[in-house]
Amino acid sequence: MRALLLRDLRLALRSGGGAGLGLAFFLIVVMLIPFGIGPDTALLARVAPGVLWVAALLACLLSLDRLFQADAEDGSLDIIALSPLPLEGAVLIKALAHWMTTGLPLIVAAPVLGITLNLPSGGYGWLIASLAAGTPALSALGAFAASLTVGLRRGGLLLSLLVLPLYIPTLIFGARCASVAANGQDALPAFLILAGLSLGTLALAPFAAAAALRSQLR
Amino acid sequence: MFPELGKYAVTILSSYGAAIGILAVLIAVYVLRNARIRRALAAAEARKAAR
Amino acid sequence: MSFWEFANPARFMRLSGRILPWLVALAVLSLGGGLIWGFFLTPDADQFGSTVKIIYIHVPSAFLAINIYFMMFVTSLIWLIRRHHVSALAAKAAAPIGAAMTLVALVTGALWGQPMWGTWWVWDPRLTSFLIMFVFYLGYLALWAAIEEPDKAADLTSILALVGSLFAVLSRYAVNFWNQGLHQGASLSMDAEENVSDVFWQPLVLSIIGFFALFLVLLLIGTRTEIRSRRLRAMLMQEAN
Repeated sequence: MRALLLRDLRLALRSGGGAGLGLAFFLIVVMLIPFGIGPDTALLARVAPGVLWVAALLACLLSLDRLFQADAEDGSLDIIALSPLPLEGAVLIKALAHWMTTGLPLIVAAPVLGITLNLPSGGYGWLIASLAAGTPALSALGAFAASLTVGLRRGGLLLSLLVLPLYIPTLIFGARCASVAANGQDALPAFLILAGLSLGTLALAPFAAAAALRSQLR
Repeated sequence: MFPELGKYAVTILSSYGAAIGILAVLIAVYVLRNARIRRALAAAEARKAAR
Repeated sequence: MSFWEFANPARFMRLSGRILPWLVALAVLSLGGGLIWGFFLTPDADQFGSTVKIIYIHVPSAFLAINIYFMMFVTSLIWLIRRHHVSALAAKAAAPIGAAMTLVALVTGALWGQPMWGTWWVWDPRLTSFLIMFVFYLGYLALWAAIEEPDKAADLTSILALVGSLFAVLSRYAVNFWNQGLHQGASLSMDAEENVSDVFWQPLVLSIIGFFALFLVLLLIGTRTEIRSRRLRAMLMQEAN
């Protein structure tokens, strides 16, 4: 299991800076917002939590279509499927690798970008917490959607169409947790729902993805 | 016999119009595709019988 | 005779061919009857004025949009467990109908909302949930279209339907949490009829039956087309060899 994780991490970090790309995209999207809605700091402060969440979510999408692609192309996916490690476990490991190279950097970058959007001081802690609780679910759901689109040309576009509706509950509770905190109110209820949602997703997504992969490999 | 729709006439008529339009397109697509596949299948079966 | 006998494609074709004409008659009579009754022969309502006439389209289409999604959930599950092709193809045939119904519900909802709430669109929980459901339908259809191999397409779209159904329910609650909403409460929901008086209720029921019959007609036509399409594909592949 650890071998698979290390291998995936090495691959992700080697292949043209996958981690850097997501981060750069995150930066650019957040930077576009003031150009789109104007530099009024009060307005930016209001939308900051939601914008950061949406931008993080979109940045997560970028590396998803490659999640199973490389392995499917060179036959390693078959080998992984035949190994003693259950396919569900392999999916979880791949989602973990994705999170470590995409989600984790976003969690670190978000508060920094929050400064540019004038995020109120009360919001930073819960922004980080909500992203920490929510981004694993984004990786897990992303892995599921990736399992459906393995090997398709233009799979990335279809993958986005499939996964973005699935992201909505996580987005609603994650952004709410961050906004409520920014307004000085109690963010714990939203956070707890978010955490529960993430745990449920992490538990179920690998099974759905593994079922899809088995069908792909048949 | 036409009901007095008053100020909501545009709203109501466009609702009915849009809905009937969408459903008409849906029905057309299903019926035409059915006919097309049926013809293609009959042609393929005829070719098979001829061999 | 067990229900599963219908899973046999040949049997399904025979049976569906026999009942189709009757269903078409039922659809024409009930849909036509319901809409004509509702549009021409009912009074205006207190709260909505003459716009109440929109319920004869908006409510049945919304009702069907949700129920078709549920039907796709069930037929997808049947495919995954029992591998009956008719079931998988029925789900495939049902999806465009569901998408169209969702679109009708959204459009009539928005048009109705304009005079009632003053704007063309509001992010109220009901409308938002329907918008999400519409996107789910599109994704499902896109996945069927993208995959060449029929059985693999059936597998993957079925898994998507199952996961999608779960998330559709989750989204409903999340969206409720996200916005309390202006949508009419119980009086126009599909389950609580007590608040709508008989004079509107009766043509509404007839319209719902009409929409449902239309769905069944199109579902049978669509499934028959898919079954024939499968056979055609097999024959074309044979010819190519």
